[in-house]
Amino acid sequence: MATTLTVNGTEHAIDLPDDVPLLWVLRDALSLTGTKYGCGVAACGACTVQIEGQAVRSCQVALGDVWGAVTTIEGLGTPAALHRLQAAWIEHQVAQCGYCQSGQIMQAASLLAENPAPTDDEIDAAMAGNLCRCGTYPRIRAAIKSAVEGA
Amino acid sequence: MSRIGKIARRSFLIGSAAIVGGVALGVYMVSRPAPNPLRPAEGETALNAFVMIDGSGVTLVAPRAEMGQGTHTTWAALIAEEMDLQWEQVRVIHGPAAKAYYNSALLGEGLPNKGYDASAFQHNLGEALGHLGKVFDMQVTGGSTAMKDGYERMRVVGATAREMLKEAAARRLGVDTRDLLTEAGAVIAPDGTTLPYTELAADAAGIEPRHVELRPREQWRLLGTTLPRIDMVAKSTGTAQFGIDTRLPGMRFAALRMAPHGGTLRTLRDREALKRPGVEKVVNLGDGYAVIATNTWLAQQALDAVEADWGDAPDYPATTEALVERIAAAFDDDPNSTLRDDGDADTLPNGATEVTADYSVPFLAHATMEPMNATAWLDGGTLRLWCGNQAPAFVVKNCADEAGIDEADVDLTTTLMGGGFGRRGEVDYAVIATRVAKAMPGTPVNVTWSREEDMTRDFYRPATLARMRGAVQDGRAVLLDASIASPSIAEQALKRWVGFTPSGPDRGIVDGAFNQPYGIPSFRVRGYKAGIAPPLGFWRSVGNSMNAFFMESFIDEMAHAAGADPMAFRKTLTLDEWEPALNVLEAVEEMCDWANKPESTGRGLAFCYSFGTPVAMVIDVTQDEGGAIRLTNAWIAADPGVALDPGNIEAQLTGGMVYGLSAAMNEEITFAGHRAEQTNFPDYEPLRLPQMPPVAVRIVETQRRLGGIGEVGTPPAAPALANAIFDLTGQRIRSLPLRKAVSFYA
Repeated sequence: MATTLTVNGTEHAIDLPDDVPLLWVLRDALSLTGTKYGCGVAACGACTVQIEGQAVRSCQVALGDVWGAVTTIEGLGTPAALHRLQAAWIEHQVAQCGYCQSGQIMQAASLLAENPAPTDDEIDAAMAGNLCRCGTYPRIRAAIKSAVEGA
Repeated sequence: MSRIGKIARRSFLIGSAAIVGGVALGVYMVSRPAPNPLRPAEGETALNAFVMIDGSGVTLVAPRAEMGQGTHTTWAALIAEEMDLQWEQVRVIHGPAAKAYYNSALLGEGLPNKGYDASAFQHNLGEALGHLGKVFDMQVTGGSTAMKDGYERMRVVGATAREMLKEAAARRLGVDTRDLLTEAGAVIAPDGTTLPYTELAADAAGIEPRHVELRPREQWRLLGTTLPRIDMVAKSTGTAQFGIDTRLPGMRFAALRMAPHGGTLRTLRDREALKRPGVEKVVNLGDGYAVIATNTWLAQQALDAVEADWGDAPDYPATTEALVERIAAAFDDDPNSTLRDDGDADTLPNGATEVTADYSVPFLAHATMEPMNATAWLDGGTLRLWCGNQAPAFVVKNCADEAGIDEADVDLTTTLMGGGFGRRGEVDYAVIATRVAKAMPGTPVNVTWSREEDMTRDFYRPATLARMRGAVQDGRAVLLDASIASPSIAEQALKRWVGFTPSGPDRGIVDGAFNQPYGIPSFRVRGYKAGIAPPLGFWRSVGNSMNAFFMESFIDEMAHAAGADPMAFRKTLTLDEWEPALNVLEAVEEMCDWANKPESTGRGLAFCYSFGTPVAMVIDVTQDEGGAIRLTNAWIAADPGVALDPGNIEAQLTGGMVYGLSAAMNEEITFAGHRAEQTNFPDYEPLRLPQMPPVAVRIVETQRRLGGIGEVGTPPAAPALANAIFDLTGQRIRSLPLRKAVSFYA
């Protein structure tokens, strides 16, 4: 039985069991590979997407439990039409290997949607669940702050 | 001179590569030019192996693996600088696996000289040995060598292409090449006529330029500046393609379960697994099994439904305790190396105070953010592969062997990597994918490891022990005698790479200890090789990752025993030995205002010379009421000789430090029944953003030779933090990870 899923404004009929995590629906069924697999246990944040604007770990949300429209990094902005956080990420040259950055940006976008002027501590708390092995943390902080100031 | 002569007659086993006695072996193969691997299509021209031009622009080949270190950007800039290309015009590809792309610096790094004091003769010997990399198909990204390798060669490549294009323009216009200029991807004639490279390329191919000259540094436009990374937009928009993102028509997805004890698989029963949704096939891999399905998660779920009869376990000790016992036993053997032996380390000078301490570090996993994976497609007689890797020629060779076909029939696409740190220098993920694809000919299969497989089937940084003995007198170090015991990484990694292992001293065991630019009257470093071979691999900064902790923690102990300030103590050690080392110490002293430490703060200093670059680091810590340690500031000064891209260097030094701090604070792999007991990030916890201190970086440019940058920030991190904790609490921690002795703010 197909499940209907709205991703980045487009409706899809998904022919997969209800317990398949959203992460693997996005990556393997819809080829939206900007959302990354990192740990499968909600410990790294690489798979972060938004459901109704709220940041979630897509490895922990079963297809049958998705409660609203999904936005992935591909839907947040594109190289031709960047989201202000993506523009800030580029301005601050945040990425190194880049693997965690989709999740970092989706987490930060959710933070700014809920809290347009976060303090340094609030930024730290919101981003604590997103690992980066390259150590881009100082530039992540700077990019979020500049997006806040530019808003 | 005499020492290098004596050692050079033997064969070496070294930190990152092998040098075999008898250079004659490769003389012919080395001097013969490697064929250009680029196969231009209609309308394309390859001016050489690194520059391809078509009607729409110029494509540069950067055949080093991009794993976040920015190598594609800086490598391309070396060529683009001399070609007078506009940065916005530059397109960069990794290119194929090919002999033309061998690493000319890696093998030279293995010489057992200290590096900082290398004579011109030793330096040239290193360069000559480096070119043996071509014989061994050493297209390797590692050892922080890309810029040393490319710095001159790629500028020559760019300048040669420029002169070829000018010559083509001169012939067309009937003018002298000396009257032509180049600018923004075009040749400009004295009368203002502008001929874009795209129009000249076909004529330029095959021209032998008569005169090639490199631009002086004063004329650089790209090099020496912080360039926008060529991969930044893609990595900020989710459009960058990593190996794990490979998607092909009709592709299937596979999940793995390798033998938990690292041994073999006898038989399996797959009847239940095949009933699971989406599952198409279960494959016995000999040392594990794979489930092929229509979706990665469906494949992962079916793994538990397979009944496996595991075979024999490997023949190394099964537990951490037994492994470490064997490492300690190596101290009873003769030393494997004594690569430094200044003065008389056996004799304690009269009136000197002796200091001794034992240190240890654990096994570590790489834990790249992107778990291991590869996509393989056995398409008729051709094997197509997609994966991130640090050694494409070795991937091709090993996968051709696995598929039973010629290397020429393997088509490897090297993708971006979600971190490498040395892990992608192995080829196991590609060989396994090939084995899986063989079970489903004609169908591309993306074989993605779970985080659990990635962490439990790594090639680990080995546990290492150190017995340190020193002596101080009149506030100064007079003796340092380090004995270091570790299993050999190079021994097994070289066997996997080139199929054999030379005997001899393993420089990797003592790297970061014997070659430190400290002038101490009696200074000896001996390496002891433990005869065990659990799976080991190169881990960012390799031997420096453990030896900097031993050396710099112990130097701190000696400074305190001498009643000396740790900064002044080290400055004295470097003063007459090597000035660039002193320069980075002074830089970091000024940056942190060393003499005026904030109240209630512990401050730790560490220094390490690795991969040709001296780095000094200071870390500040405080302790909250609950006792948790918080990192409050960090300062780094480094001297890589020439700062090719200052912004990228700052990012690498900062990131290298974070990698080192993660290991120092939290990370440890332990074994039970041959299996790593840590399986995922909750039990192998890297540093997180709230724990990250502000960092200031200063790049110093005072040494003559170009140094590496991708690994050098890692070694000083652990000792700088441990020394800061001692400064704050008086607790000297001699074993990592530090969390076993203190708690950290999280």
